[in-house]
Amino acid sequence: MAFREQFEIPAKYKMWSMILMGVGVLAVVVGYFLYGTGDEHDNSRFWGTLLFNSVFFLLVVNAAMFFICATTLAMGAFQMAFRRVSEAIAAAVVPLGIISCVVLLALVLGHKHHIYHWLSPEGDKILEGKSGFLNATFFIVWTILAIGGWIGLGYKMRAISKEIDDRDGLSVEEGKKYIWKNTVWAALFLVWFGLTVMSTVPWLWLMSLDAHWYSTMYSWYTFASTFVAGISLIALFVVYLKNQGYLELVNHEHLHDLGKFMFAFSIFWTYLWFSQYMLIWYANIPEEVVYFKHRVQGPYRGIFFLNLIVNFVAPLLIMMRRSSKRNYTLIVFMASLIICGHWLDFYQMVMASLSKEHVRLNLYDFGVAAGFVGLIMWSTGNALTKRSLLAKNHPFFKESIIHHA
Amino acid sequence: MSVKKFIVGSFDDEKVLFPAVKKVRKAGYKLHDVYTPFPIHGLDTAMGLRDTSLHTAGFIYGITGTTTALTFMGWVFTKDWPLNIGGKPHFPLPAFIPITFELTVLFSAVGMVLTFCYLCQLAPFVKKHHFSLRATDDQFVMVLEVNKRTNEEDAKAFLAAAGAKDINVQEAEDGWWLGRYDKEDILVKG
Repeated sequence: MAFREQFEIPAKYKMWSMILMGVGVLAVVVGYFLYGTGDEHDNSRFWGTLLFNSVFFLLVVNAAMFFICATTLAMGAFQMAFRRVSEAIAAAVVPLGIISCVVLLALVLGHKHHIYHWLSPEGDKILEGKSGFLNATFFIVWTILAIGGWIGLGYKMRAISKEIDDRDGLSVEEGKKYIWKNTVWAALFLVWFGLTVMSTVPWLWLMSLDAHWYSTMYSWYTFASTFVAGISLIALFVVYLKNQGYLELVNHEHLHDLGKFMFAFSIFWTYLWFSQYMLIWYANIPEEVVYFKHRVQGPYRGIFFLNLIVNFVAPLLIMMRRSSKRNYTLIVFMASLIICGHWLDFYQMVMASLSKEHVRLNLYDFGVAAGFVGLIMWSTGNALTKRSLLAKNHPFFKESIIHHA
Repeated sequence: MSVKKFIVGSFDDEKVLFPAVKKVRKAGYKLHDVYTPFPIHGLDTAMGLRDTSLHTAGFIYGITGTTTALTFMGWVFTKDWPLNIGGKPHFPLPAFIPITFELTVLFSAVGMVLTFCYLCQLAPFVKKHHFSLRATDDQFVMVLEVNKRTNEEDAKAFLAAAGAKDINVQEAEDGWWLGRYDKEDILVKG
């Protein structure tokens, strides 16, 4: 049986990615003239949308590399059958990282203190106290280091994966060495991931929008949100490629495991959501409750509860059954729902802090999001054509083919 | 519960066991059970067993726990003994969630363990017949039930042809009875 190893981008796929990117660019241009040139309110709306979209989609594609590294450390073999898909998604970290970096640096260097209040802490005791961490220099250095680290270590992981493609299999000794090399670099990526996505980066980029407020759950919460969306994105691409006649070795057993991840991490996200919410609700201390006041009792009430229904109740009830995790249609539906749900979650995390009085969700936000979706499609599609779809020389490849969920 | 006649075939390799299970089913013999020293992937499908319903039972126990927790706390704090705790409402849902969660887990876990024990007929002082003790050590033991249509000699020959190393006929109780293994049996001889 011959496998279709080489992905060719379908013309329709290319066209849609171009159209979506065009919509994105158009949205940014129109948004700039509508909001970007206006007063502080409009200005923070313009930049807020760019901020939450770029950060959300960057962390989502970066979660694909986290998935590769975490399963590598766990000696997990099931992912090898679709390893090249996660790798291709992770390649989108490069363009998205550059865009996010530009947006974040523009916010700090442009001194947008109506977005990041901590840029001018003078006379504010709390912000002065936090200025050791929340200051422009550290923000810039750490942002560049974080994104550069993800790109660099991610590139290394993808390069290691490709370097055995042209050989005729590995001997046992070579295989052991190869696995060890993978383990070391995956561990390095995870350490860097832990120091950035799981701790400092959400504090710096997102939580500092409410510079007076803090929550120790915030970074975990952000991570869970983007990880479950990242797994959903992998599932979407896997099903798309299967529908196009590629990935013959992936079957519903692999889909079942991806479905388990989507299900389990939706619950995990809810656990963190609730842990953050309940403690603040219980203690009811003004300086903490200020974060939830306009979200739960203000104009964001609808989005706040919709967020919980889409990201918790729906996955819990729909994905609980074994058969629903093995159903291609349902997985595609749930993956799309979860990605949209967590996009909405990021929307309320960022925009509810910038525009407390009104929910101004409109075509501008959706247009920018469409642009990023197009960019991910374009970048992932290109990366998929660069190498064989089968990591056929990897020592775990056979185990992945006979995988049984 | 009744005493039935069984033909017991012991295999020493799972690679032989799998085709043997398929052949036995295809030939129309009644497969009582297969006993193995360790769980074998895919054996349940090969034997034609349906998926367990244990998880459905678990779901039902779980929602029973959820409703028990919510209705009981709701009743206590709104009807039976309303208290003002820190100015919170009498039905403070977020505060109830951890307890509701714990009760959901407790009900489903305990319920599933008990259901599992019931389905496998496992309990203290309950005894079941062992067809071959080496099923706990190094042999894969396939047990066929002898019914009216079974020709014993044919079945034995069939098992031997399928690769069984040791074949014997046993009359045994197919259910459980009260008793203790350590008092009545010497489990390992010699």
